[in-house]
Amino acid sequence: MSRSLTSVIRATLLVTLLAATHAQAEEKEGIFSGFFKGPLHAKNLSQATLPKYQKECASCHIAYPAGFLPAASWQNLMGSLNRHFGTDASLSIADAREISQWLAANGGTDGGLPAQNRITRSGWFLRKHRAGELPANVWTRPSVHSPSNCAACHQGAEFGRFNEDDVRIPS
Amino acid sequence: MKKNKNKTAWLAGLALALPLYAGANPIQDSYRAAAKQENPAFKDFSAAAGRKLYTTKVGELACASCHTDSPMLEGKHAKTNKVILPMAPAANPKRLTDAANVEKWFKRNCNDVLKRACTAQEKGDFMAYLLSR
Repeated sequence: MSRSLTSVIRATLLVTLLAATHAQAEEKEGIFSGFFKGPLHAKNLSQATLPKYQKECASCHIAYPAGFLPAASWQNLMGSLNRHFGTDASLSIADAREISQWLAANGGTDGGLPAQNRITRSGWFLRKHRAGELPANVWTRPSVHSPSNCAACHQGAEFGRFNEDDVRIPS
Repeated sequence: MKKNKNKTAWLAGLALALPLYAGANPIQDSYRAAAKQENPAFKDFSAAAGRKLYTTKVGELACASCHTDSPMLEGKHAKTNKVILPMAPAANPKRLTDAANVEKWFKRNCNDVLKRACTAQEKGDFMAYLLSR
C-alpha cells in the first residue's frame, strides 16, 4: 500500500469518526439545543414525559418541561401541593412520590433557585421575555392572561416545543 | 320444566332491574353510605341542594367561576386559562366514573372554594345535580 493511500484512509476514518460524534451530540441536545443560555441545564430534556406527570399536572396547566426548574425547586413544589400558588393541588401519597422521583431525576441543575419556585422568575425566562422583545401589554391581554400560560403564544408548548418559529403572539 | 320457568322469571327480573342499576352511580352510592353514617336521619341526595352548592360563592370563588354557570359547558381555569371539559356526564361521559378522581377533585375544590372539606351529603347532592343535567 502506498504511503499516500494510507494517509487518505486515515483522513477518511478521522472525518467519519468526527461526524459520528457530532451527530450524537446533536441528538442529545435535541429540540432544546440553544434554548438555555444560562446556568440552567436539564439532565435530559428530550426524554418522554412521565405519563403520571402529564395526567396529574396537565389537568390545570401545560405539563411544563421538567428542565424548566431546578430539581430543588420541584421538590419544594411537590412538598407543598396543598398550597400550590393559591390552589389545593394535592395528590395521593403514591402519585406524589412517583412524580417527585421523576422530577428529581429530570429537573434542571441550576445553581440558583428562582423566587417562589416560579418558572417565570427564572433568569433564563426573564432574559428570553425581556422588555423590548415583547409588546408592552402582552401579559395583561385576556388571550394571554398570565406569563405561566405558555401555550397562549408558544403553539407547540403542550408538546415541549418552544422554538421562536412556533411563537404566535395573540392580539 | 319448572326449573326452566324459574330461570325465565329470574332473567326477566334481571332485565327489568338492569336499567335501574345502570341509572345509579356507584360513586354516589358510596357517598350515600357515608352520609347515613354522618347523619342517621339522612333521607336522600338533592339535585337542588347540589345546584345551590355549585353557585355558592365563598370569598372569591364559586364552582361556577371556573366551570361556568352550567356544568354542561366547557369551563376555563380562573388562574391558568386552561380549558376544563364539561363536568356533567351527559356532556362528558368520562365524568363521575373514577372514584379516586372524583374524591381527589372534591378534596381540592372544596378546600379552594369553601375553605373546608365537603360532607358526604354535599358530595352526593353535587353529584345528583351533575347527574340531573
